[in-house]
Amino acid sequence: MYDKGAARGVYIHWSSCFAEFWLVLECTMAKNNSLHPNSNGETDDSPNMLVYRKMEDVIARMQDEKNGIPIRTVKSFLSKIPSVFSGSDIVQWLLKNLCIEDQVEALHLGTLMAAHGYFFPISDHVLTLKDDGTFYRFQTPYFWPSNCWEPENTDYAVYLCKRTMQNKARLELADYEAESLARLQRAFARKWEFIFMQAEAQAKVDKKRDKIERKILDSQERAFWDVHRPVPGCVNTTEVDIKKSSRMKNPQKTRKSVYGLQNDIRSHSPTHTPAPEAKQPTEEELQEQIKFWQAQLDRHRLKMSKVAESLLSYTEQYSDYDPFLCTPDPSNPWISDDTTFWEMEASKEPGQTRVRRWGFGINEVLKDPVGREQFLKFLESEFSSENLRFWLAVQELKKRPIREVPTRVQEIWEEFLASGAPSAINVDSKSYDKTTQNIKDPGRYAFQDAQEHIYKLMKSDSYSRFIRSSAYQELLQAKKKKSKNLF
Amino acid sequence: MLMVEMCHVTFASTSEHHQLCRLEYRSRLIIKSTFIDISVIRLCFVKMACQGLAKGETIHTLKAESETLKGKLEEERAKLHDVELHQVAEKIEALGQFVMKTRRTLKGHGNKVLCMDWCRDKRRIVSSSQDGKVIVWDAYTTNKEHAVTMPCTWVMACAYAPSGCAVACGGLDNKCSVYPLSLDKNENLAAKKKSVAMHTNYLSSCSFTNSDMQILTSSGDGTCALWDVESGQLLQSFHGHSADVLSLNLAPSETGNTFVSGGCDKKANVWDMRSGQNVQSFETHESDINSVKYYPSGDAFATGSDDATCRLYDLRADREVAIYSKESIIFGASSVDFSLSGRLLFAGYNDYTINVWDVLKGTRVAILFGHENRVSTVRVSPDGTAFCSGSWDNTLRIWA
Repeated sequence: MYDKGAARGVYIHWSSCFAEFWLVLECTMAKNNSLHPNSNGETDDSPNMLVYRKMEDVIARMQDEKNGIPIRTVKSFLSKIPSVFSGSDIVQWLLKNLCIEDQVEALHLGTLMAAHGYFFPISDHVLTLKDDGTFYRFQTPYFWPSNCWEPENTDYAVYLCKRTMQNKARLELADYEAESLARLQRAFARKWEFIFMQAEAQAKVDKKRDKIERKILDSQERAFWDVHRPVPGCVNTTEVDIKKSSRMKNPQKTRKSVYGLQNDIRSHSPTHTPAPEAKQPTEEELQEQIKFWQAQLDRHRLKMSKVAESLLSYTEQYSDYDPFLCTPDPSNPWISDDTTFWEMEASKEPGQTRVRRWGFGINEVLKDPVGREQFLKFLESEFSSENLRFWLAVQELKKRPIREVPTRVQEIWEEFLASGAPSAINVDSKSYDKTTQNIKDPGRYAFQDAQEHIYKLMKSDSYSRFIRSSAYQELLQAKKKKSKNLF
Repeated sequence: MLMVEMCHVTFASTSEHHQLCRLEYRSRLIIKSTFIDISVIRLCFVKMACQGLAKGETIHTLKAESETLKGKLEEERAKLHDVELHQVAEKIEALGQFVMKTRRTLKGHGNKVLCMDWCRDKRRIVSSSQDGKVIVWDAYTTNKEHAVTMPCTWVMACAYAPSGCAVACGGLDNKCSVYPLSLDKNENLAAKKKSVAMHTNYLSSCSFTNSDMQILTSSGDGTCALWDVESGQLLQSFHGHSADVLSLNLAPSETGNTFVSGGCDKKANVWDMRSGQNVQSFETHESDINSVKYYPSGDAFATGSDDATCRLYDLRADREVAIYSKESIIFGASSVDFSLSGRLLFAGYNDYTINVWDVLKGTRVAILFGHENRVSTVRVSPDGTAFCSGSWDNTLRIWA
């Protein structure tokens, strides 16, 4: 037996008559163990399928003889209710087997599985889970959503019509169903005879079935329609995200006819375009990929322990500022309906906590408009504000519409870098040369190198002086805040 | 005799020449009496002309080389994996019980809410819906302030301009348009619309940079692009995803020029905005990445995926550093965002819930019920005082 795991590539040279051809076999294994290949060996990894398979795994476990939910036949008045289990059975099973701690969560997951039609309440169109003695039944795999059902209205018409022929109280149409039937009768007026005949034929076949079997099949069929034609007001779980629906891998798999009314295997749903053939990468693309991987290999990486410490310390530093961790002072406007917190932030006078934050790093000062203002004021008092002004000017440049860029570049050059510039800044010769080149063809990034150099200078020099300055220290002491209420 | 059964056609070895280009078939290969069952087999029939053969070989060797390098990269990344994040996080205090409730419910959309964004004033939001409407709300008072009807349905992306004076939106129209917000409520906003971005497939996400003048977009056509709003000029395009790009997020740096994108190719890519180059790439998810968001320091980012997990990737460690998942969570995560300090990750799911994760310890600290259909978007307000969720149940909720 061929070892699947070992397969990588197999070359087979055809003999004699096929001598002209090289047969190259690439055996690619299913990359992901959680995807189930279907009978063709095809793995369908569209997002909806992924969820269906997971739910089906849970259903399989629920149906397990030893560890699953006990299914029983219940005697009721003059008849028997076959093949049922209670809502609380389901909730208990979920709590125990899926490591769910909370009954509410188990109920929610169970409701979703019911809404997708994997099990259903036997006496209700609304597919929801109740944590009580309400009876539920499993859906037959034929009707599972993973079979890509998209039943047409003609089938629904046949179904509703059939129901009216069966003269049983329990099969009476609900109001919304009667309305649907009336609507469909109008829409399909011309082929109603055909629909009626189909319904009759179905009803005849159904009558011949065993009573118990009929009960089960009827309920399963009803549950199927409850999924695809839900009660008004209920969520239609068959709705798809349009971004994903256009990627249906296999339009041939879509099943449109429950009762075999059409040749559904070949019909294409109008919203599904056949998935384009996966593009084979070209030689250039592969060369690019190789270059990319090589560059990545050369990258300098940090050890996980270092990175973890860094993440921890950042979070620690900012936790006082995180309204979800530490109640804002005086209150969170959304909770208290009091906007004082926002008004204080908007005022030109920064509070102590805000000023403290500027000390975390130069980015905090640059990010906060009041911080920038204070920083600039301090530097101006020292007659050394040209670096910050240059940095701010370049940031501003990047925000301009492209049309204004060449003029602005020239202005910045004249002000800060040209010989005899009024606010001359000091950049290293390498950056200076590069910038001189750049301004010949001025773009938004003309001053990128110079700006990076200036940023480093500010970080190590101007910024540290600012934080140590009496101006900053005064702001820090300015308002004594009452202690925060920790949550 | 070698027989290959492809679909329903059996090629026996005859002297017939079959001139076939590269084809893909699923098949059973029968070699003599050994039955080989292989899940996917790609068969290439190439006419044995010298160039043809050479080309086939070159592509094949290049592919092999690429795969080898990729494997080596994974090895290198794994070497520095000396400890798990949650192990290091054992020394910090566990978070207490959270009381997070819906503080505001915004009703008004006629169909699924697909996207929302906060204004920098911390209380206004813009939201877009499948019904083609884009609404600007004062979320604090729940009043609607502006409404625009787009010419297309499924408006999947919307963004607030930094100045608060405009909004951008787009979706199935393959475009991103900017609408200036007028103070005059009666003015027809649609009249002043400006078409900025043009893609060849749906617009999945859009974001202003630090300025009203540039917009970054991602699209179902597999690319991201940076546009000049005033002229509509394409400033830079970003190629590298091999499938639809679903989400993007700009790095929260004053100095940086990078952003991260995630897509249906299960990859999260980090890009240099200036050069258009893909500077880092991560591929560990098992399905589409629906949402990407930077950790507030800019050194890491989180993703939400259809594989029902959220993951944290660190740029310095160059690898995935945490997975947020539970056996009972089987529906995809559609949208993620961090609290201000980065300690909490809010994730909206297709099972109608929002799960709140402790980013460092990797545990779930709360599960929020309330929405009656899929949660499509989750965003924390600019000052971190609340987060907003939008859902297929047509409503938006503010939580705090």
